[in-house]
Amino acid sequence: MKQGFFHDFRNIDKTTVLIFVVMLFIGWLNIYAAGYKESHNSIFDISQNYGKQFVWILIAFVLGFTVMLTDVKFFIAFAYPIFITIMLLLISVLLFGTEINSSKSWFQIGGFNIQPSEFAKFATALALGKFISSIKSKTITFQNRIKAFSLIFIPFAMILLQNDAGTALVFSAFVFMLYREGYISGLLLSFAVTAAFLFILTLVMNEFIIIAILSIIAIIAAYVLRNKRKEIFLVLGLFIIMSAYVYSVDYAFEKFLQPHQKNRIEVLIDSKIDPLGAGYNLNQSKIAIGSGGLWGKGFLKGTQTKFDFVPEQSTDFIFCTIGEEWGWAGSFVIISLYLFLLIRIVIIAEKQRALFSRIFGYCLAGMLFFHFAINIGMTIGLVPVIGIPLPFFSYGGSSLLAFTVMIFVFLKLDAKRLDLL
Amino acid sequence: MLNQQNVNAFNYRKRIIIAIFLIIAVIYLGRLFQIQVLDHSYKASASSNITRHITNYPARGLIYDRNKELIVYNEPYYDLMVVPGQIKNIDTTEFCSYLGIDNKTFKARVLKAREFAVHLPSVFEKQIPNEEYAILKEKLYKFPGFFVQPRTLRRYSKPMAAHIFGYVAEVGPEITKNDPYYKPRDYIGISGIEKSYEEVLRGQKGVNIILVDAMGRDMGSFQKGKYDESAVSGTDIFLTLDAKLQEYGEKLMQNKRGSIVAIEPSTGEILALITSPSYDPNLLVGRSRASHFRDLQNDTLRPLFNRALMAQYPPGSAFKIVNTLIGMQEGIVTTNSRYSCPGFYRSGNITVQCRNHPSPVDQISSIQYSCNTASSIIFRNTLDNSKFTSMQQAFNNWRNHVLSFGFGRIFNNDLPYELPGLVVSSEYYDRIYGTRGWRSLTIISLGIGQGELGTTPLQLANLAATVANKGYFYTPHIVKAIENIDSINPKFTQKHTTSVDSIHFATMTNAMWQVTLGGTARFARIEGIEIAGKTGTVQNPHGENHSVFIAFAPVENPKIAISVVVENAGYGSTWAAPIASLMIEQYLTGEIKRSWYEKRILDAYFLKPYPEVKQ
Ligand SMILES: [Zn+2]
Repeated sequence: MKQGFFHDFRNIDKTTVLIFVVMLFIGWLNIYAAGYKESHNSIFDISQNYGKQFVWILIAFVLGFTVMLTDVKFFIAFAYPIFITIMLLLISVLLFGTEINSSKSWFQIGGFNIQPSEFAKFATALALGKFISSIKSKTITFQNRIKAFSLIFIPFAMILLQNDAGTALVFSAFVFMLYREGYISGLLLSFAVTAAFLFILTLVMNEFIIIAILSIIAIIAAYVLRNKRKEIFLVLGLFIIMSAYVYSVDYAFEKFLQPHQKNRIEVLIDSKIDPLGAGYNLNQSKIAIGSGGLWGKGFLKGTQTKFDFVPEQSTDFIFCTIGEEWGWAGSFVIISLYLFLLIRIVIIAEKQRALFSRIFGYCLAGMLFFHFAINIGMTIGLVPVIGIPLPFFSYGGSSLLAFTVMIFVFLKLDAKRLDLL
Repeated sequence: MLNQQNVNAFNYRKRIIIAIFLIIAVIYLGRLFQIQVLDHSYKASASSNITRHITNYPARGLIYDRNKELIVYNEPYYDLMVVPGQIKNIDTTEFCSYLGIDNKTFKARVLKAREFAVHLPSVFEKQIPNEEYAILKEKLYKFPGFFVQPRTLRRYSKPMAAHIFGYVAEVGPEITKNDPYYKPRDYIGISGIEKSYEEVLRGQKGVNIILVDAMGRDMGSFQKGKYDESAVSGTDIFLTLDAKLQEYGEKLMQNKRGSIVAIEPSTGEILALITSPSYDPNLLVGRSRASHFRDLQNDTLRPLFNRALMAQYPPGSAFKIVNTLIGMQEGIVTTNSRYSCPGFYRSGNITVQCRNHPSPVDQISSIQYSCNTASSIIFRNTLDNSKFTSMQQAFNNWRNHVLSFGFGRIFNNDLPYELPGLVVSSEYYDRIYGTRGWRSLTIISLGIGQGELGTTPLQLANLAATVANKGYFYTPHIVKAIENIDSINPKFTQKHTTSVDSIHFATMTNAMWQVTLGGTARFARIEGIEIAGKTGTVQNPHGENHSVFIAFAPVENPKIAISVVVENAGYGSTWAAPIASLMIEQYLTGEIKRSWYEKRILDAYFLKPYPEVKQ
């Protein structure tokens, strides 16, 4: 055991650990900058967010270390019990939890708030890995597909019941793993991408203009394919389906969405509609980031975040502080770090001999990517305002600890990859 | 556990997944580059987010009279401002009691301010006078969200010369839209010298830039006040006005409708410019300005009408000065001219009445006795001169002489809203009578200063000044000097010479002197002061004649030229001449010795409520 321990530490992917540590450090500094008060100028001041974050970081290190000490087979063997326990926690938080920001998804323990839904991501990744890797047959049956989807749908539905749509949406990040493992076809993926693209386009543009553009594309395609009858019908069929989709999205948007939901999406389209209302966050967020320029205003020199113009600035809008104080250069560094980490995880996942390990890696990469894309996209006005944190940067323990556990479980799996089959 | 075939079948998909990660990262970096580096509007929004510009309002320049007596100054007032988003647990009833408003008004105002902006200040109550503010000041700390901004408003040391000063008011939306200097709540001169010297008097606004957070709370001054500017008070102005004379003239004109204008002939400086009825300029200041203004506007006596510059009267007999001078210049009137007067002038079916006076008259006594017969003959002879080939030519020759005296056009000086008077052209008569349909007899009334002729009191005073100067005048103006500026407007030092030679003016001066020595204005004589003058009794279709008198004194080296018009008062000799006489006495000696004489004027009442006379 002792030898195994040192062996694991020697085999751990040091690049990933380094990126992890660097991200936590930068995140901590930015939480300090976002919440900086002259009266509480120590970065370790426990009464402030930055002091608390330091505690969370310490806990994260301890947790990562603990995970490295744990026998990795424990996570594989106990994947289902862990999943079931977390699902029970999700139910109990619905009954006994505390409501924060209209989401009933928190347990309050001392001065710290814990969100079980953050750990549901980890539990679901374990359960999916366990389930898919245990299938013996070579082809993927419809039944197994449904079972895999159900593992995602159960926590998704329960988190949705907690009125935490942002966290629930993160469960769509499993598509990357499902796609990689062949549970989703390429056609379906491109179909989903096209549907999402057309959806946003419909909200931005008049639906008739889009249909007009689609018909021009269809006519050109039909002309190019004029000698191939079968393809012409396909083009025609696609055109009809897409037009109907665009039209029904617009119809549904006008007809079924509640005003506040409509508002969130409309704000994305034109944040100047109501700068102090629903658009306020987005507008101020863009002002803060945009005012950073190429090199930024410098550490602790950001005025927009400091004077509370940006709401939720140390949690969901932490990227504003980065953009304002470190400029485009800083944004470039952060995005590059993320990209590097994501690609690193994919590369490590592909090295795995154990299917469980690879599935787990893709689940981790997918969720990290989803958080990254939605959170930063939201601050720069490319994605609707959905309240999910930027992992390792946003203030808060639940998300940090959940991702720390996942990363170290993955690194432990990797360190043991030769032992696992 | 491992399913090798599956792995291989979907192996390519790792590249697609990495490609998706890459594409998103590149799109985000591009978008960030756009808003952070390419688009500068976010930087501007950021700085307007955190800074609030608080205007420091300058005090307007002070105004002194020609003897450096302070006549217009400033008094501190306070605008009570509110930032609706910062109002917290205040005792509304107590607050309202300090301002004398009720809770309903309070709510309505806060609501209005909130509609404008929750986190920006807007005016809650403007122009709170000092004594009211003193009470409020002690209690203001109890009412978060409210603060005061000091302003200054005009005060006038004497309730006089309202039309000269004009008034100041907050700028309207048309001005703020078109002139970038003015922002809402700024003051601007609306009329009088407040308007014409606005750029001198207004001073320079300053600014305090403070940092505010998202709640609008004051976070201290921006860059330690490096960019703050204090306000620079407006420049002081010295008027040509003699405050004592102005005040005295207004007193004399009490209960009368009309005007007095006094000019220093050697400079064109206006010594007094009186319009009656007038109003106390202090009425058009502060919170009640609008309501007072409405009252003045609805007053049937029309106190807002600036008669000195805008009332256009036929000059009556005073115009005989001009006609006789033109006659002299044209060689029609000479030392040998004699006119016998039977008490009227008759030609064809037209009769011009005259009065009983020694006959015949010469060039001097025709003025002395204001003989209508002589004036009619002189005017007709001027026009019927054989050197002219047409009536039009003759008339235009006469008209050009008249225009050279400054009639028929505005002086365009430093007093706004002046009217030009009326000297019609020959085309006017052509239109009415046809090109060949009119003769000198047709327009004979011009010979005695009636008919199609309009002159303002300012133009009449200028006529007196022109005779006093023996043939030239300087544009009458009201500002003598501006602090720190060496010279006044060069326009005001430019000599305007009439088309009549100065030798004739010497004769005219003598004739006008005779008017007060033994002519129509004997009553206006003052012991020890030689006055040259000319009466006028102006017929008007709306009632009693207007009493007109123009004069200058002393005859040698004149110091003051004056015109007096008293509407509907009768003969020029009975009212206008004594008023001019008192004004001259006051100005030249600094006191009035003839108290019985003064009392008669002060007691006179000519305000009959009928509509304004305009011709
Ligand atoms: Zn006569």
